[in-house]
Amino acid sequence: MSAALQTFGLCKSFGGITATDHVDFALAKGARHALIGPNGAGKTTFVNQLTGMLRPSSGRIELMGEDITALPPEARVKRGLARTFQINQLFATMTPLEMIALVTSERLGRGRSPFRTLDRDATLVAETAEILTRFKLDDIMNRPIATLPYGRRRQIEIAAAFAARPSVLLLDEPAAGVPEAERRELMATVAALPEDVSVLLIEHDMDLVFRFANRITVLVNGRVLAEGTPEAMARDPAVRAAYLGEAAHV
Amino acid sequence: MSAAAFEARVREALRAGRRWYPAEFLFWLAAFAAFLLLPGQLLLLNEVAILALFALSLDLVLGYAGIVSLGHAAFLGMGAYAAGLLARHVTADPLAGLACGMAAAGLLGLATSPLVLRGSDLTRLMVTLGVALILYELANSFASVTGGADGLQGIMMAPVLGLFDFDLFGRTAYLYSLSVLFLLFLVARRVVGSPFGLSLRAIRDNPLRASASGVPNGRRLAAVYALAAAYAGAAGALLAQTTQFVSLDVLDFHRSADLMLVLIIGGAGYLYGGLVGAIAFKLLQDGIASLTPQYWMFWIGLFLVLFVLGGREVIHGAVRAVVGRVARFGRGAAR
Amino acid sequence: MLTILFDGIAYGMVLFVLGCGLSVTMGLMNFVNLAHGAFAMLGGYVAVLAMQRLGLPFLASLPLAFLAAALVGIVLERLVYRPMYAKSHLDQVMFSIGLVFMAVAGTDWLMGSTQQFIRLPAWLQGRFEIAGIGIGRYRLFVIAICGLLAISLHWGFTRTRFGSRLRAAVDDARVARGLGIPVNRLFAVTFALGSGLAGLGGALGIELMGLDPTFPLKFMIYFLIVVTVGGTSSITGPFFAAMLLGLADVLGKYLVPQLGAFIIYALMVMLLIIRPHGLFARGRA
Repeated sequence: MSAALQTFGLCKSFGGITATDHVDFALAKGARHALIGPNGAGKTTFVNQLTGMLRPSSGRIELMGEDITALPPEARVKRGLARTFQINQLFATMTPLEMIALVTSERLGRGRSPFRTLDRDATLVAETAEILTRFKLDDIMNRPIATLPYGRRRQIEIAAAFAARPSVLLLDEPAAGVPEAERRELMATVAALPEDVSVLLIEHDMDLVFRFANRITVLVNGRVLAEGTPEAMARDPAVRAAYLGEAAHV
Repeated sequence: MSAAAFEARVREALRAGRRWYPAEFLFWLAAFAAFLLLPGQLLLLNEVAILALFALSLDLVLGYAGIVSLGHAAFLGMGAYAAGLLARHVTADPLAGLACGMAAAGLLGLATSPLVLRGSDLTRLMVTLGVALILYELANSFASVTGGADGLQGIMMAPVLGLFDFDLFGRTAYLYSLSVLFLLFLVARRVVGSPFGLSLRAIRDNPLRASASGVPNGRRLAAVYALAAAYAGAAGALLAQTTQFVSLDVLDFHRSADLMLVLIIGGAGYLYGGLVGAIAFKLLQDGIASLTPQYWMFWIGLFLVLFVLGGREVIHGAVRAVVGRVARFGRGAAR
Repeated sequence: MLTILFDGIAYGMVLFVLGCGLSVTMGLMNFVNLAHGAFAMLGGYVAVLAMQRLGLPFLASLPLAFLAAALVGIVLERLVYRPMYAKSHLDQVMFSIGLVFMAVAGTDWLMGSTQQFIRLPAWLQGRFEIAGIGIGRYRLFVIAICGLLAISLHWGFTRTRFGSRLRAAVDDARVARGLGIPVNRLFAVTFALGSGLAGLGGALGIELMGLDPTFPLKFMIYFLIVVTVGGTSSITGPFFAAMLLGLADVLGKYLVPQLGAFIIYALMVMLLIIRPHGLFARGRA
């Protein structure tokens, strides 16, 4: 079975520092995969290369068997690779409605049209409404994003990525900074994502990882230290030493 | 709530962005009524309309796409010279000249957009400034074509649409300029409310998220830059046609700087800012000119400094309060 | 031909003294001060007034030009520039253009719009020949003074405690603050020094560049080229940029006079195309 997203010998160095070191990684179709590792392990650098925000020094990235290494971010989105950001990256002056409408309109290829309208586009309206309902944003859809509470903005972050109808979704610490009370609801949203979407979760919180993932990759110093089922990872002495040992105390 | 009902709400909310407020009708009604009410001021009003169009162009670039520019005069000058040269050598038809000015400036915008899209704000300011200066030097150097420092003289215009002859009092000039402004404004309004316009706002708000949402930032910015350049070209063409003269002054740095002030006064990012700013600016200029004509530059400098130091918040607060009241009044009336 | 080169070097030297202050202040506070030329103009007019009204000799008017511009620099930095540091580049540009306009119109009002001239002392007039190269005495004098200044600035920037603190602050103001370097005071001093140098350059340049109220506008782009091309993290960068600019400008105007200043603008735009980020990367990173 071919993977949804796969890297071959991916390397990235900044000056003398190697942030990604020959990473061979495969995300299976429909996977619930978690990428963990201590701070500075190169997780976000890795994601940035997957999504095209950073160009790898060497190596190859394939999405559904197609080489996307040289494509710009927006072209990867068009091919079904969407992401969220560790730090919210939202359109501050827009409302949730406008933000979702934007992503939908780009997905439908409307963004080129300077003379169409948004409201007369039945497909666009229907899809936007569907996303807003799915992520329970309907009650706040007309309020400026900048005025919303942090937890809601985190939801919008995921909704905006999902609105691109990705086949592969990369979630970069979706629960980071979210208070405990709202965290549960946020992870319920993540758990409710359709099964045909392959999800890669980058996360610190072991609790979340073990509840969500059926496969875990451990990244340390830019290298894949180990990969396997959550149970195997929890038992792996190298992983415990490098990561779980310190995380267990947190 | 049923899915259909919610979709209707979404549709309604999306339409709200492009709905016309009664205050807008009033604005344009007043603009056209000025033709009858202020027959002695038509030449000044014509200048206001042209400046407003020029400012509308900068608003598209700065207010909607977030591109800073210190060299917008390049496009004004390009449009003015293109329209002027066409009138002198090819055809005296105003609309052909307008189209020619817009095309020339639009192409220049498209050609220079790769320069402007790269780098930081600071690099953009420098490159736009540099392009305008280059054009100024070229126009100065190729005096055989442009008339150099003497300007492009002897532009004779045919009647607009073959019906309305240009006159000394600016009657045709004002109606012509205002009509062009109005039409281009309608187009801009449509563009801003379109999916394309929404993607521009996305890029301005957060380029990183825009490209992660599938927006090809570079191409969109290049497109709006070229469009805005064409608008500035139209303003230049109107200037050349209604004054029947093109001088190096259209490319001068102070044009770009004045334009910034216009947009600062009116506020960027809602299309009317340039129009309101142009009116205020010309009134200000006119008022000061009648007091101390030669030191206009000092006052404009002082205004710039005061605006940036904190006057802007005061003025915009006042403008927002008035607009808010008018809009509320308008909505009440609409119901 | 070599005489032209010599003129170009002298011209570039003056541009360096005019522009180096701007490059340091720009690098230090990431602040776009388009009004830098106004300080140069101030220095020029102070020198003219000192010579014409007070009858001071040329050499004595030079330090006066420096001091006057530096003093005004200190005052303005305190009063109006400081709130600008946190604002956007666009605001900074608008603000400093406003200052330029005020300076231009104000000078016009006070001094009239005519070109100003100074009487050079006899020993600086005329030219002599070495190996067939005509060398203007005044240009040689300018090169000597500016060369000395460049060397001492470079020394001060790289060897003294002030210089090392300055470099640290240019590199990363936040870290420098964390290390206990008084960045604000450092900046005030640098601003004053840069303004003073601009004033001195303005006085030295009267003979070469002319002096009238539009000076800050006319030469604004020159300073900016020096800064953009030369970068903001050293003295040598702006120095070579100024040399290149001086030579290109003088040579260009000599060889193809009909193109005027076109050559240097094209040069700048080309350089910005080649290195759109690199030029300012250090100031912000």
